[in-house]
Amino acid sequence: MSSIKLKAKADGDTVEVKALMTHPMETGQRKDKKTGELVPAHFISEIVVTAGDKTVMTANWGASVSKNPYLAFNYAGKAGDKVKLTWKDNKGETDSAETDAA
Amino acid sequence: PRMVLADGSAFDAKTLDDTLKAMAITPEESGDVKIKAPEIAENGAVVPVTVTGPEGTTELSILVENNPNPLAATFILGEGAKPEASTRIKMGKTSNVIALAKVGDKTLSAKQEVKVTIGGCGG
Amino acid sequence: DASKEGNKTDTKAPSNPYELPAFGNVSLLHYTDCHAQLLPIYFREPNVNIGIGSMKNQVPHLVGEHFLKKYGIEPGTMDAHAFTYIDFAEAAKKYGKVGGFAHLKTLVDQIRAQRPGSLLLDGGDTWQGSWTSLKTNAQDMVDAQLALGVDVMTPHWEMTFGADRVKEIIEKDFAGKLDFVAQNVISTDFEEPVFDPYVIKEINGVPVAIVGQAFPYTPVANPRHLVPDWSFGIRDDRMQEMVDEARGKGAQVVIVLSHNGMDVDLKMASKVTGIDAIMGGHTHDGVFQPVVVENAGGKTLVTNAGSNGKFLGVLDLDVKDGKIADYRYKLLPVFSNLLEADKGMTDLITKIREPYSKELAEELAVCDDTLYRRGNFNGTFDQLICNALMEGLDAPLAFSPGFRWGTSVLPGQPITFEHVADQTAITYGTVTRNEMSGEMIKTILEDVADNLFNPDPYYQQGGDMVRVGGLKFSFDPTAEMGKRVSDMELDGKPLDAAKNYPVAGWASVQEEVPENKQIWEVVADYLRDKKTIGKVELNTPKLKNADGNEGMA
Ligand SMILES: [Mn+2]
Ligand SMILES: [Mn+2]
Repeated sequence: MSSIKLKAKADGDTVEVKALMTHPMETGQRKDKKTGELVPAHFISEIVVTAGDKTVMTANWGASVSKNPYLAFNYAGKAGDKVKLTWKDNKGETDSAETDAA
Repeated sequence: PRMVLADGSAFDAKTLDDTLKAMAITPEESGDVKIKAPEIAENGAVVPVTVTGPEGTTELSILVENNPNPLAATFILGEGAKPEASTRIKMGKTSNVIALAKVGDKTLSAKQEVKVTIGGCGG
Repeated sequence: DASKEGNKTDTKAPSNPYELPAFGNVSLLHYTDCHAQLLPIYFREPNVNIGIGSMKNQVPHLVGEHFLKKYGIEPGTMDAHAFTYIDFAEAAKKYGKVGGFAHLKTLVDQIRAQRPGSLLLDGGDTWQGSWTSLKTNAQDMVDAQLALGVDVMTPHWEMTFGADRVKEIIEKDFAGKLDFVAQNVISTDFEEPVFDPYVIKEINGVPVAIVGQAFPYTPVANPRHLVPDWSFGIRDDRMQEMVDEARGKGAQVVIVLSHNGMDVDLKMASKVTGIDAIMGGHTHDGVFQPVVVENAGGKTLVTNAGSNGKFLGVLDLDVKDGKIADYRYKLLPVFSNLLEADKGMTDLITKIREPYSKELAEELAVCDDTLYRRGNFNGTFDQLICNALMEGLDAPLAFSPGFRWGTSVLPGQPITFEHVADQTAITYGTVTRNEMSGEMIKTILEDVADNLFNPDPYYQQGGDMVRVGGLKFSFDPTAEMGKRVSDMELDGKPLDAAKNYPVAGWASVQEEVPENKQIWEVVADYLRDKKTIGKVELNTPKLKNADGNEGMA
């Protein structure tokens, strides 16, 4: 299962994109309660959202975005647009999700 | 992504001044930039923030003045994107949250205080 | 014109204080913050309710003589007793108890009979505050609201029964009968609305929108884990959208039923346009006349209707050609001796209380002073709670939250278990004993102080200052955050920032609290043990920069 919940809601000529991603978003400054050692930084550093062949949003993030991060924005589009979100984290892991704007 | 990559270290900078230096910008305060954030955070680990720029905005950023690394997020608006973005950020303590909007060769800014409180009590 | 300033009520007591001639064609009845008080009670208004900055010496931050002077109320009258603390004990003996749902029901029915089509609005903090509401999981109050004929409500303490219970009541008990509205509550995941933001009701052919505004800081002031999937906040941009939307759908009158607290309502009224009146609660201010607030779109009336079932607000509007031409407002004190108890409501209350009547009636102790809670820094009942905590948990220091609900007890009147429950009945009443550094203690006091005295009302939470047992300190309400509290002393010695002190408390908002007694057990044990309490020595801070403040008497 993808770690991303993605919604794309079309209202006239605007599409509202909302996404929730499952990710620890570790800052690298938090100590593990049991071992007392620093938990290494692990966070989503880049998100790209495309609608069809257009890139509608690129987000660059640091580690102070919250755990299980949220992203929302609107773009000029329409119902039926193929909306795809891809994230990459600082460890090189990646995931993506796709939905049709409705 | 010019705003961030002016100097790749912007996300690592530890003060607001250093962050702005790394981004190579001198923001001007402007009523055209809006921040939507709670006055008092319900949970410092999850503070919802929406930033809005004027027409012509190409990039938006969110900074938290008192965080260990002030720069939290930059949004590069693509084709047809409206000049508004929302996310949620961590805040260790009460701080100004700063929104930046890149419009042409200018960077406009706005700020709002978000209080992180211990909680309890009530009417 | 609706915005005409001035006193829109006759302050001279008529022969029948409840004779209120009908006016106009749209009427809204409003009560708020009854805190589950089904029976008549005593309730003393505060003598300390300080306003700072632009709120200094402004409504609702006027107490005692200053309040009487502002509204031209004669001292010694029934209104003077209802709206101020002056000569409380003697006047309370003279005029008797206030509130009670059976008496409120009679009054509501009488007012509504003259105002066909009128709506009854409940501003929240209805389900919490008594032993029966705690024990019945708020079912008593839900049944009483329906029997009273409430049309619309908005929440605050309701949420402390947990999200599932709130949803259950809305879906089962309230369905088709009572509209539960709150525009400012959204889901924490995708930020979708959780409740109906408003409802449009037709009154005598006039479409009237009632927009709900829940207490914005519910997950901060109360445990967040009880409503983990809901986010609150002031959200005045959404308020503006909802007002515009309701107008777009034909609403000729827009009323906000608010649990913001008066100062927040006043600021909201200055920013959001298109609201005719904000009928508010939460800060428990009995506001004699609406405050008229100007904004870019016109004027908005702001009212606040006190607490504990003591008042019923009646707003009459004369709506002509889709606009408010004139209005009348009266905040009626509910004196139970002057209003016959409604039979049906009396029967319902008797049935609700029957299983608990014995434990509620237990007489624990007698005190020489009036026991009350309201006041920015302390109240005599809270002092007893602090004393009970310090003694019961063997701690030199105690914190008790600055709650504004809680009934009053007259000197010599037996303190019953019900009185104790009236101050303590909450769903997270476990007592705590924590080691805190002097620095931490200072941080907590400063934090709460800023929630009360921040110069921007949007950063306030609307409670009173945490009550402090044992610790002496000075307090400057006008100072900035971090600088209000000074000269902290315990047992004659300065508080050491680095040293740890045991601190007793209750009502922790944390999810994990070590198992311990409930606060009402600790207080009841203390009172049973003492039996007689002479004078209550009130521990309040030494105030700085408060001279001339009309929020103090
Ligand atoms: Mn209340
Ligand atoms: Mn309240």
